[in-house]
Amino acid sequence: MTDFTMDKGADGVAVITWDVPNKSMNVLSFDALKTLDGLVEDALGDDAVKGIVITSGKPDFAAGMDLNVLAKLRDDAGANPAKGLFDGIMQMHGALRKIERAGMDDKNKGGKPIAAALPGSALGIGLEIPLACHRIFAADNPKAKIGLPEIMIGIFPGAGGTTRLARKLGAMAASPFLLEGKLSEPSKAKSAGLIDEVVADPVAAAKDWVLSASDKDIVKPWDEKGYKMPGGAPYHPAGFMTFVGASAMVNGKTKGVFPAAKALLSSVYEGALVPFDTALRIEARYFTSILMNPSSSAMIRSLFINKGALEKGANRPDAPDQTVRKVGILGAGMMGAGIALVSAQAGIEVVLVDQSREAAERGKAHSATYMDEGIKRKKATPEKKEQMLGRIEATDDYAALAACDLIVEAVFEDPSVKAEATRKVEAVIGPDCIFATNTSTLPITDLAEVSQRPEQYIGIHFFSPVEKMNLVEIIKGAKTGDRAVAKALDFVRQIRKTPIVVNDARFFYANRCIIPYINEGVRMVAEGVAPPLIENGAKLVGMPLGPLQLVDEISIDLGVKIAKATRAAMGDAYPDAAVDEVLFAMADQGRMGRKSGSGFYAYEESGKRKGLWEGLEAAYPVSEGQPEVSEVQHRLLMAQVLEAVRAFEEGVLTDIREGDVGAILGWGFAPWSGGPFSWLDIIGATRAVAICDVLEADHGTRFKAPQLLRDMAAKGESFYGRYGDGQSVKAA
Amino acid sequence: MTDAYIYDAVRSPRGRGRKDGSLHEVTAVSLSRQVLNAIKERSDLETRGVEDVIWGNATQVMEQGGCLARTAVLASDFDERVPGLSINRFCASGMEAVNLAANQVRAGAGEAYVAGGVEMMSRVAMGSDGAAIAVDPSVAMDSYFVPQGIAADIIATEYGFSREQCDAFAVESQNRAAAAWDAGRFDKSVITIRDTNGLPILDRDEYMRPDTDMQKLGALNASFQQMGEVMPGFDKVAMMKYPHLERINHVHHAGNSSGIVDGAAAVLVGSKAFGEAHGLKPRARIRATAKIGTDPTIMLTGPVPVTHKILEDHGMKISDIDLFEVNEAFSAVALRFMQAFDVDPGRVNVNGGAIAMGHPLGATGAIIIGTLLDELERSDKELGLATLCVASGMGAATIIERV
Repeated sequence: MTDFTMDKGADGVAVITWDVPNKSMNVLSFDALKTLDGLVEDALGDDAVKGIVITSGKPDFAAGMDLNVLAKLRDDAGANPAKGLFDGIMQMHGALRKIERAGMDDKNKGGKPIAAALPGSALGIGLEIPLACHRIFAADNPKAKIGLPEIMIGIFPGAGGTTRLARKLGAMAASPFLLEGKLSEPSKAKSAGLIDEVVADPVAAAKDWVLSASDKDIVKPWDEKGYKMPGGAPYHPAGFMTFVGASAMVNGKTKGVFPAAKALLSSVYEGALVPFDTALRIEARYFTSILMNPSSSAMIRSLFINKGALEKGANRPDAPDQTVRKVGILGAGMMGAGIALVSAQAGIEVVLVDQSREAAERGKAHSATYMDEGIKRKKATPEKKEQMLGRIEATDDYAALAACDLIVEAVFEDPSVKAEATRKVEAVIGPDCIFATNTSTLPITDLAEVSQRPEQYIGIHFFSPVEKMNLVEIIKGAKTGDRAVAKALDFVRQIRKTPIVVNDARFFYANRCIIPYINEGVRMVAEGVAPPLIENGAKLVGMPLGPLQLVDEISIDLGVKIAKATRAAMGDAYPDAAVDEVLFAMADQGRMGRKSGSGFYAYEESGKRKGLWEGLEAAYPVSEGQPEVSEVQHRLLMAQVLEAVRAFEEGVLTDIREGDVGAILGWGFAPWSGGPFSWLDIIGATRAVAICDVLEADHGTRFKAPQLLRDMAAKGESFYGRYGDGQSVKAA
Repeated sequence: MTDAYIYDAVRSPRGRGRKDGSLHEVTAVSLSRQVLNAIKERSDLETRGVEDVIWGNATQVMEQGGCLARTAVLASDFDERVPGLSINRFCASGMEAVNLAANQVRAGAGEAYVAGGVEMMSRVAMGSDGAAIAVDPSVAMDSYFVPQGIAADIIATEYGFSREQCDAFAVESQNRAAAAWDAGRFDKSVITIRDTNGLPILDRDEYMRPDTDMQKLGALNASFQQMGEVMPGFDKVAMMKYPHLERINHVHHAGNSSGIVDGAAAVLVGSKAFGEAHGLKPRARIRATAKIGTDPTIMLTGPVPVTHKILEDHGMKISDIDLFEVNEAFSAVALRFMQAFDVDPGRVNVNGGAIAMGHPLGATGAIIIGTLLDELERSDKELGLATLCVASGMGAATIIERV
């Protein structure tokens, strides 16, 4: 059974149906493209065929390229990968251009009409194939998504989609679809010019059209004499301004760390200055350069392949299905309320308990407010809101927890408060119930000591705000059993978030890496590094927030609290006194971060960030000689990355895929890199060690290269080469 | 090596560079022709002895395209055996023409040149010749391209010039220009531009606003704030190159930036032997020339490094120079020059500059050399330095010495 099949009808229409066996969605492989090309060739050469309709045998047209193929494309491209990739892409262009020209002669006569009929979503190459056809019919299906999301995974539409859409709509109108990967439902896609018709039965409409279309109807504007780019080519006065602005916007937005956007823009610019076929060749050259860039394969690997694998339970212990039916949430504060919301949204019954009925109701009200917002933005309905709220029971009665199969305790971050809650809950819940404590810093093994059944006790670290942050860090205490891990993973799957599973150690994984990042930034302030250089340096390596803005968001008093606890635990070995000096001084002045309206930044009444606090420079004068921005960046990145390596080395992290996915989803670690381990692989262990050696000499032992990294440098190995299949250090 | 001398310098008055400007009806060819003819007539020049006409112009398309230099020679009363060379170093084109002429004379490649330039900004819009550095992502992004106004605001931010300082400098430029015109200090060099019948069209710089004061300038909105902060957001690009800046302080506006005008200028450059053969007396020696590349994002700081270079290359000190002409592309450009060299503002642009009188891109370099020479003569000083900032991060300078 092949991915494409053709049925030549008695009416003279050859219907080519895309239906990949054993998959719910069509994705394109290179072999399948060859099949399609062969069918098109056959139909064009068959006098009995008047026109062709390309459609899908599934509810959707296609989800795009097979990402598993794409991620390995470079490795599979032979001894000269650039040439292998370029030749492969040009073959793809050849196949699509054959559809577009459809047997026409050089006077645009004698071609056969080819239409695309889209029953549902058409994404990526699933839209690039239709764009090569002469007319696109989509089913009137408001759930369908149409667009070119390639840019979101670090590549760009490289099967002619970039060149065709820019020529069809003009650079300005095409930019939301190309540069932002904007997806539209069919009626909006039609008004934007992405597709041509929205109809009830796209195959029937497409058949009618191919049988009635004239020679002129099937000629693309760019294949006619005198074609002019809508909105103006780059050296047309209007086009000039568009292209000047486009480079600046892409530059400012991508901070120079996402090569795909720049390559896309270059394809559009250079392509606009030459004939269509030359433009496709230029697009192919840039697309090759992006596929050759390690950033694109690292992004695809972490953000799609490995993220998907973790969500599907790559690290789930072998235990029976642990689907959660009723969850008890203890503590209706911000975290508890958020967890209640996402649980109820997933269809799970929720008991939300707090010390008073009123407090519990306040927590439940968060879900109501959230749904009201959704109704306002037409993302939800009043019925859905009622259904959802109906699943949440707000109470002050612990007895209501008796029927729960999972408890998520989200009370105040204090061991004694948590201990009391644990005792009270365990007194009422059934013997099979799993108890999860939501904490960002407290060691699970210690918390588990009060539990009557520590093998059923587990840590679960949600990120704030729960409804927005997609990572959940699951922490195994020393005695946590497999069923508890499976339960937590099944719960995370139900609420459609991405899990990582780590072993218990101070700050687990995420905070272990975030804290040194913040500390390094604060330390630089104390040293007299210009604060904007710290913040911009971070953003220019792709961090979403500079360390000072981040600590303002998290709150400075929390930083102080963590520092004091860590100091108490570590004693003389505590390495961050220089950081505390600044943090404690800020806290002493009441500058607690955004929530207090003052921190490293100044804020307006409305909470809007005005700019760095002017008093900062008075307190920590900017020194005469400023470091290079690259030094600032190495410090900020290595502070995080070395913690990730140490966490892996120590067995806290047992899978580098979790380390990479968790870093990007948890705290926005430079997504272009694919994560800390992918970044180390991109620069290579040898260079990483060299950077560490310099930083250690200049700034102290916190930058000492871990032995694991040194070993890999010595052997010329990479993290993904050694551990890419999910093996831990110990297993290897 | 032979020395190169300036024998004469003329310029057109500067017309407002808009459709209602007095020179808008005049073609680039006609304006060029009139200054070329003026330099010929004033020295009773036997043009066959001129090796080349080197003509600066920053926007070489349409009527300014197709080697305007040669077209202008053919349109003028020059001998047709004189060729023409159009050159473009943006705002320093007119200076580069003079420097190129001087250096060829020094090297013995010809005895005399006419060098200068023209820019009809009302007729051929600035930027209408296209520019890959602005639109080609492969270079626009890698070089962190921002428009000049943003670059000028980066200078103000980086070197700490406030809006008030920039406005005060602009007011001073207007006052000095008005006083200079009133005192007839430009009479020696400015010619009247006429129509085909000999009727006068313009005889005086018309861009000036002598009634400018701090209050009037204070009412103007910063011109580059919107494009910097909002759409398309050039400040973000600027801060990629200057990450130690938290924000760009937008201080420049139409009143403290150079004026968009039409204008042309020509300088007669020759060897000593040329002067002797034609009975001409040299007015100044071209002592030194220099050009340099600088960071393209801040773009307009070139006058500082090019001045360091020209002084070092010729064993001179800043204190040797009596008078300076620093092209007033934007207030911050001139303020930065004075700050860097700690020079007395009383010796810089003593008769005003481009903020008051306008900046016809391809001509200005030649204009300010002429203005500097006139003032050295008037005030009986010896050494003068003229310098300009140049787009895409360049700078140019010329040192002249009275003889």
